[in-house]
Amino acid sequence: MADIATTALPSQPSSPPRDRVLQVLLVAAVVLTALKPVLPDMLIRLPEAWIPPFAAWLDAFFEFIKGDPATGRFGLMTLTRWFAEGPLDFLLGFTANLLEGKYRWPFLSDPIPWSAVAVVGAVLGYYLGGWKMALLAGGTFVWTAAMGQWEITMETLSVLAVAAPLGFLIGLVMGIAAWKWKAFDTAIKPALAVMQTLPFYTYLLPAVIFFKVGPTAGAIATTIYATPPMILMTALGLKKVSPEIIEAGKMSGCTRWQMLTKVYIPSARTEILVGVNQVIMLSLAMVVLTAFIGMPGLGGKLLAMMNSFKLGRSFEIGVTIVLVAIMLDQMSKAWVHKLPQHHEKGTLWYIRHKYLLAGVVGFVFFFVLAQFVEYFNEVGRRQSLSMGREIDDVIKGFLNIDAVQATTGFIRYILNVWVLVPFRDALLWVPTPAFILFMIAFAYALGGKRPAIYAGVFFGLVALTGWWDRAIITLYSVISAVFISTLIGIPLGIFAARSEKWANRILLVCDTAQTFPSFIYLLPAIMLFGITDTTVVLSIVIFTTVPLTRYTIEGLRAVPIEMSEAADMSGCTRWQKLTSVQLPLAMPTLAIGFNQAIMFAFFMVIIAAFIGTQDLGQELQRTLAGTDLGKNFVLGINVSLMALTFDLAIMSWANRRRKALGLA
Amino acid sequence: MSTDQPVISCRNIWKLFGPDPRAYLAAMTPGRSYDEIRADGYIAGVKDVTVDVARGEMLVIMGLSGSGKSTLVRCLSRLHDITGGTIEVEGQDIMALAEKDLIELRRSKMGMVFQSFGLLPHRTVLDNVAFPLEMRGQDKHARRARAMEVIELVGLGGREEYFPRELSGGQQQRVGIARSLAIEPDIWFLDEPFSALDPLIRREMQDEFLRLQGMLGKTIVFITHDFDEALRLADRIAIMKDGAIEQCDTPDRIVLDPQTEYVRKFTEDIDKARVVHAGTLLTPVNGHAVDGPPVAAHETIQKLARQLVNDERAHLPVADKSGKVIGVIERQKALDVLLGGA
Repeated sequence: MADIATTALPSQPSSPPRDRVLQVLLVAAVVLTALKPVLPDMLIRLPEAWIPPFAAWLDAFFEFIKGDPATGRFGLMTLTRWFAEGPLDFLLGFTANLLEGKYRWPFLSDPIPWSAVAVVGAVLGYYLGGWKMALLAGGTFVWTAAMGQWEITMETLSVLAVAAPLGFLIGLVMGIAAWKWKAFDTAIKPALAVMQTLPFYTYLLPAVIFFKVGPTAGAIATTIYATPPMILMTALGLKKVSPEIIEAGKMSGCTRWQMLTKVYIPSARTEILVGVNQVIMLSLAMVVLTAFIGMPGLGGKLLAMMNSFKLGRSFEIGVTIVLVAIMLDQMSKAWVHKLPQHHEKGTLWYIRHKYLLAGVVGFVFFFVLAQFVEYFNEVGRRQSLSMGREIDDVIKGFLNIDAVQATTGFIRYILNVWVLVPFRDALLWVPTPAFILFMIAFAYALGGKRPAIYAGVFFGLVALTGWWDRAIITLYSVISAVFISTLIGIPLGIFAARSEKWANRILLVCDTAQTFPSFIYLLPAIMLFGITDTTVVLSIVIFTTVPLTRYTIEGLRAVPIEMSEAADMSGCTRWQKLTSVQLPLAMPTLAIGFNQAIMFAFFMVIIAAFIGTQDLGQELQRTLAGTDLGKNFVLGINVSLMALTFDLAIMSWANRRRKALGLA
Repeated sequence: MSTDQPVISCRNIWKLFGPDPRAYLAAMTPGRSYDEIRADGYIAGVKDVTVDVARGEMLVIMGLSGSGKSTLVRCLSRLHDITGGTIEVEGQDIMALAEKDLIELRRSKMGMVFQSFGLLPHRTVLDNVAFPLEMRGQDKHARRARAMEVIELVGLGGREEYFPRELSGGQQQRVGIARSLAIEPDIWFLDEPFSALDPLIRREMQDEFLRLQGMLGKTIVFITHDFDEALRLADRIAIMKDGAIEQCDTPDRIVLDPQTEYVRKFTEDIDKARVVHAGTLLTPVNGHAVDGPPVAAHETIQKLARQLVNDERAHLPVADKSGKVIGVIERQKALDVLLGGA
């Protein structure tokens, strides 16, 4: 899930009257649109001949930095391939052997029995968060094994076990660099903003080309995808270390290295661990998506099952992914909050180290037991409790109920015929220059001059790449989906915010749902609507409703209690209070939720290409089959440019508004 | 090195904040005021300060927030680099020290206590106190033994395995004090060490601090914004305003003879009798009768109140601690201090 860096720009006090500029922009856009029938072709769409061959240029550039292993010309590829085939392959082989028994070099032992892994997980869970966490961790592993999904889960986790620590290390080092050198910080900020909006396909293909197909490419794509928040959190944490702690360190006679390792990093522990949590969650999200480059594991299996419409098995794998996600999220969050406790003097060593001891004893016990009782080593195919076929029947039975079919059919019909298709055609009908003017006007209205300039440049570039129609179709899915989820999410949030109990419940659901790898959100949409256009939009809707609801609740709850009391004492009805006090004050937070929904939508719409779309995502997915790096990048950047336009405009509005309300 | 040489000696030190402070200071016409400097876009954190701290002396720097007292102490410890002037610590120009030598100086000679304690949250009391020793590479056994010594000294014995967040504010500051003493520094900087504590604990910590200083006899620079605290602890007080020292004198002289309007306002509401000692009002015997019961030079006028009121002699003999008469005080003068007359 893409967490978007808010590279907000300070809005300029507008020099020409604001409304006038807006009027001119809108009138020009409307006139251009209205005149379409008489416009020359070149003002409707950019002529093919004018489109610069960006893809070819990029290809040439990549060709240059790649080097050529055949002729021995040294380049980036020599380095990356060495890394992929050397250290990375070694690490991946190591974890794969231990967890799933790949019997690859370096071979150490047979895979660890599932029961031994489960007991260690449970002990670790107990140490971090008591019985509940122990149950969650142990239960997840038991479920996985019992459902006969141990091997695919371990395939996924063995890549995760390499990619996440790698992301942590790189993020930590780059975060320190960004904190230490202002120039480096300014240099990587825009790069990180683009990276966080770049569709995941654009991570996958270069990874495959530079790091060869297989787990290595999967691990690299995952690492690159998961690193940005770690960089940001590390830099943030280091900046926040209190000046007195720094001075205390200096007065204690620390050298620079001692300052960093003994004062700064331990003091920034909380932020760094939050970064670790994000690295783990993003890694999981991405490692599931590496299914698209043929990586086996949970994602691969899920993709295969969905492809053959085996909904029962898909559902079970979905549950496993969700359980693993919740487990990893909860355990890493518990680690953030876990503070060291002291032992009374004279505590015996085996009490001091009781958790470690319990883990080791449990591990050895089950390891030995598994040698005699095969069930504790590996759950056989016959023994698994998978009920894929039964669930399949239930789902299909449910979908065959007339009422259900009538409902889904009705929704599908209404949406498709009356809403989605006409809207899409309308967007496509608008001449390119008029559309760009509309976008500039939108960004100007929200954010002012700078976001407006960015909007013009970014959408202009999209037009120049020659993928205009597909870009517009992508945008259409995003806008429709965010619109629908606004209709659902904001009322839901308003409702929930009315009582503390419901607010907490819904927030818990949202927090949990946000840890799910995005791929999961396709499942319910496919189950209900099959493989159609509506499914694409609805899967995005499910995904984007989560942040909208969440930020609505948080925005409303953050309204100071005195203001709400003042409204009550002024004799407001509930509705008046909501519309004239609470919502206006919650607006900046709501805008952030709205922005996040749009970013999520851009992410999800690309995944939905899997269902079958005609947008940029579809083209991107096709590039995976080849080696069209240039085209892949051009398509990816298009998505990024559109997403960033919204990000800049909305965040600039939210920040200005927050300042105006004195909330900043 | 002779013993009467000051431990810290500052000559015309400046600390300016702004775009290019060095160039600005070099070009600045002397005698520019704080506000004029501010109008030029610079903040004078420390403005032309000259002060010495003698061995074993406790200099208290007093001022309201923003007066530059914390900046000054950070210049003395070179947490800030000064813009102009010289600071010598035991005859050595600290601005000329290379990073390595500065670290060495801090590891062997300086200790500092901070207002919000500055404890490392991930280390136990013991590890916090042992931290400076660990930094200079002392082996684990020796540094633990030494840390335990200072922990006992500040009265935290038995709490050494606790983490800072498990302690009260007063206890946390005891850890801060213990840490600053671990390396047995000669110079002890305390930056508003008791300001974050509530009044009762503050009083208790001041007593504790006086007890420690009585045992250790360090050279101390103590920062506070609390005038009562300054009067209680100081050998000398330097009162700061807008980065400059308004007056630097003994507590008695500050309350009896404020040099500027600003200092006078400060001392206005102070009960002078609690501050002024009999010894301060001392005049030579000059033929006055010195028989009869003397008053003690080291007692405050307040403590001597009953005796001063009841004794009818115009001049009272003053004795030092050994009981030897060293001069006389004019009774009327002492009564003026006591009653606030004249």
